[in-house]
Amino acid sequence: MSTIDPESAWQLHPQVSVRPEPFGALLYHFGTRKLSFLKDRTLLTVVEGLSDAPSARAACDAAGISPEHLPTYLRALGTLADSKMLVERAA
Amino acid sequence: MTMTAPPPQSMRLVDHFELGLDAPICLTWELTYACNLSCVHCLSSSGRRDPRELSTEECKAVIDELERMQVFYVNIGGGEPTVRSDFWELLDYATAHHVGVKFSTNGIKITPEVAAKLAANDYVDVQISLDGATAEVNDFVRGPRSYETALRALQNLSDAGMRNFKISVVCTRQNIPQLDEFKAIADRYGAQLRLTRLRPSGRGADVWDELHPTQAQQRELYDWLVAHGEDVLTGDSFFHLSAYGQALPGLNLCGAGRVVCLIDPIGDVYACPFAIHEEFLAGNVRGDGGFQDVWQNSELFTRLREPQSGGACTSCQFFDTCKGGCMAAKFFTGLPLDGPDPECVQGYGEELLKGRAASIKDGKLEIPKHAGDHSHRTSPPRPREGMGNVVRLTLSRREDLTAPPVSACAEDPLAGFSAAAASDFATKE
Repeated sequence: MSTIDPESAWQLHPQVSVRPEPFGALLYHFGTRKLSFLKDRTLLTVVEGLSDAPSARAACDAAGISPEHLPTYLRALGTLADSKMLVERAA
Repeated sequence: MTMTAPPPQSMRLVDHFELGLDAPICLTWELTYACNLSCVHCLSSSGRRDPRELSTEECKAVIDELERMQVFYVNIGGGEPTVRSDFWELLDYATAHHVGVKFSTNGIKITPEVAAKLAANDYVDVQISLDGATAEVNDFVRGPRSYETALRALQNLSDAGMRNFKISVVCTRQNIPQLDEFKAIADRYGAQLRLTRLRPSGRGADVWDELHPTQAQQRELYDWLVAHGEDVLTGDSFFHLSAYGQALPGLNLCGAGRVVCLIDPIGDVYACPFAIHEEFLAGNVRGDGGFQDVWQNSELFTRLREPQSGGACTSCQFFDTCKGGCMAAKFFTGLPLDGPDPECVQGYGEELLKGRAASIKDGKLEIPKHAGDHSHRTSPPRPREGMGNVVRLTLSRREDLTAPPVSACAEDPLAGFSAAAASDFATKE
């Protein structure tokens, strides 16, 4: 499982569709035809905030994530990046 | 105000899924019962079109609803969906409305022109059905020249530059020795292999005893799937094989009414694509609340989302991954739903099947029948050997007609007209 650089900027892949669910959210990538999951609502807030945030760290801050939990969320974002659900963009 | 969020929980998604979702992840939609083939194991007993089939406008209304519910994609099948004259229109409509389409076809309409169109649409995936790696094995199940039709479609898709379309294989006793050959065919056309389980549903019930894999073949299939990992898709249909050891990739859960369901050609919504029977009928999309109301509020789906009893399987050490196997397979072989799968790899299903045979003979047990038989009237019996040189036509009369059919040119203008019985007038005061 990889992690991402907190100062890098990200966005959802344009072919990814997000559907909120009580436990978090479901993600479906129409290009890879893979299904993925966000296991809590906070992670959903982070993912939804990525494209408007200058960095991954800023998106996590905006979602109210404390510094001690930041590495956990960066790893979750890393997993999403590995499966091409997220793509890096210019900061 | 700053809130400190806890880190993500590690609860298994399968546990969430068992409680059901607000909308299905995907659903199976049999668009028509019409089909140019008469496969002996057809899940939906297809052949003839049902005159009550949803109209183009009704189908579009269903798609609108799926878009609102954010259903990611539909698996369209039939019958042969491409024989509907509005099929391409519906496909374009769905993908334009953010509902992805995977459709299963025997390839009959996949011309070079159609293939080019499909290759250009990122939201479409195609599954070509092939049940033998050779014409001999395939045509035995799917009918004369169906192998040739499928391979021509594969060639057309490949030539059009389409990649990772699927070759969908129902695993049978006859084709399990061909797994490597299937993989080679998929590789040759740049396609992905998808293996699924033979179910005793529809006409499949008639041939299941003859076609379903032996215990030794189930083991062979499991080892082959483990060796190929995520390269080969299974539609999560072999979770009962998990009892051999490690779980196969995928959800390993019966999704019926929880994450998947079926819409049939006349709009009936069933919990499971493999169980077209009133016991699993939740409602109809033509009802006031539409599909959403059926999915979210039907009594049947609510019941399926409650914790299920493992019954006789609870004490088995593999229950956590196998979950007692496939509901449809149990139902249509006459086994109890809270017991082992008929193909339980521990052999518990086989024992029950033996007992079942005795009960059927004594008249104590009746095997549930598929809801509707849409088979071409010439099949069964379709000739299974001697490919296509004899047409055995069985003429029958509709049982619901009391009088002989009246043709338009009947001599008597009042033919077929029955006046009220005289006694009705006689008793009138």
